[in-house]
Amino acid sequence: MPIRLDKPWLSLDAAAGLPGQLGVFELADEAGKVRYIGYAGGRSRFGLRSEVSAAADRIPEARRFRVEVTTAYLTRYRELLMAHEADQGALPPHNEPMPRLGRLSPGS
Amino acid sequence: MDLVPTEEQEMITGMVRRFVREEILPLELNLDPDADELPDADRKRLTEKTRAMGLYGLDIPPEFGGPEIDLVTRTLIAIETSQHRAGLYAPCYGVFGGGGLAQLFEATEAQQARYLHPMLRGEKSGFFGLTEPSGGSDPARAIQTRAVREGDDWIINGGKIFISGADRADFGLVFARTDPDKGRNGVTCFIVDTDTPGFHVRRVVHTLRSARYAIELQFEDMRVPHANVLGAVNGGFAIANDRLSRQRIPYAAGCIGVATKAHELALEYAPQRQTFGAPLSSRQAIQWMLVDNEIDIRQARWLTLEAAARAQRGDPFRKEAAMAKLVATEAGSRVVDRCMQIFGGYGVTKDFPFERWYREMRIRRIGEGPNEVQRHIIARDLLGASLR
Repeated sequence: MPIRLDKPWLSLDAAAGLPGQLGVFELADEAGKVRYIGYAGGRSRFGLRSEVSAAADRIPEARRFRVEVTTAYLTRYRELLMAHEADQGALPPHNEPMPRLGRLSPGS
Repeated sequence: MDLVPTEEQEMITGMVRRFVREEILPLELNLDPDADELPDADRKRLTEKTRAMGLYGLDIPPEFGGPEIDLVTRTLIAIETSQHRAGLYAPCYGVFGGGGLAQLFEATEAQQARYLHPMLRGEKSGFFGLTEPSGGSDPARAIQTRAVREGDDWIINGGKIFISGADRADFGLVFARTDPDKGRNGVTCFIVDTDTPGFHVRRVVHTLRSARYAIELQFEDMRVPHANVLGAVNGGFAIANDRLSRQRIPYAAGCIGVATKAHELALEYAPQRQTFGAPLSSRQAIQWMLVDNEIDIRQARWLTLEAAARAQRGDPFRKEAAMAKLVATEAGSRVVDRCMQIFGGYGVTKDFPFERWYREMRIRRIGEGPNEVQRHIIARDLLGASLR
């Protein structure tokens, strides 16, 4: 499994058609920069569908998203944050700081 | 061994049981079903409570500031602290503290000052780096990570897999081969700072434990000072082996705690749930499941307490610890499976803890030495030299 999310980007209109499954997602701006990484966990009402839509409503610059369906949503979420921090030197701007986030040196 | 808990043991386990029910279970209702951490404020608040109870840092020896509580009582406490959804791998979300890397209690004074004391104060954390892609149950042969002496330093090359917490740790214990011709007598334990050049966290290893991952590490020409050798050069096998035997007792206790909680939930549910006009508990099929649960839990409990009692007395306990680990992990798996069956469709949802226990309990038959290795340990003890 690739460390970084490699699913195709979709426009926000497609969020309503997402499955209610558990998983992780990224939201990006017009230029394709990741602005937020999130997950749909076991307590989400409609899984990825509701979590992507809710996050897009909170983040005005969000223009597209991509998702990965996974039951290991918590570990995959942390892995994506660590990979983003390793690549960009910081978390996405709309993610809260995570004091106990690990570090990764994944290579290219 | 006295099979009746002492008054003091009853008092302590009762206090811990109330803590789990009054503090942990209500918080868990609002956490993700796979969570393994509490919000910071809750963690701090509850850690203060366990300190006030005199039960923080149970596995820390009294001379290092831990409470004076014997191993059998600590085992009884471990059975209690695991009785909640995250309990198997995150008993009470860590608010009772841990002994950390017990191997450091034998470290030199300088090593203790730099690593042990900050770890006990909660300022540093460490990892235990034994398992490699070539195996973990047979460290004498499987360790291929090499350490070569160069002046006052050692140069380490190789890698580790299935290592918990290495991506967050400040340092770790890394076992490496220092003499390729000496088998178990050619392994050395090094204390490695994770900011050492050449230390790489290569990837997250996703497993059935969806809240906590394992880590794959790579070491590339990693230079470690000779002063960071823990114990003697080529004496690492004994350090690894001792840890593996001791760890099996609390490992078993966690399985017993989860099985006990699952069984308790099933005992409450079966008389309430109606099927075909009668309570589920009136069906013999269900009654026998509950009976088998009770027997499984008791067998595992006594074997585990026997191992703890032997270890506490200073008697050999390797065989007993292997039996405890073997029986508790297999019994725990059966109990959770039966309880899930009793709960039917609800049993497999994330509304209830069974599905998490079911996944995590499966790992327990592999972790800390697969159960086939435990049987091998027991057979070797029974048959002695004739097996070799």
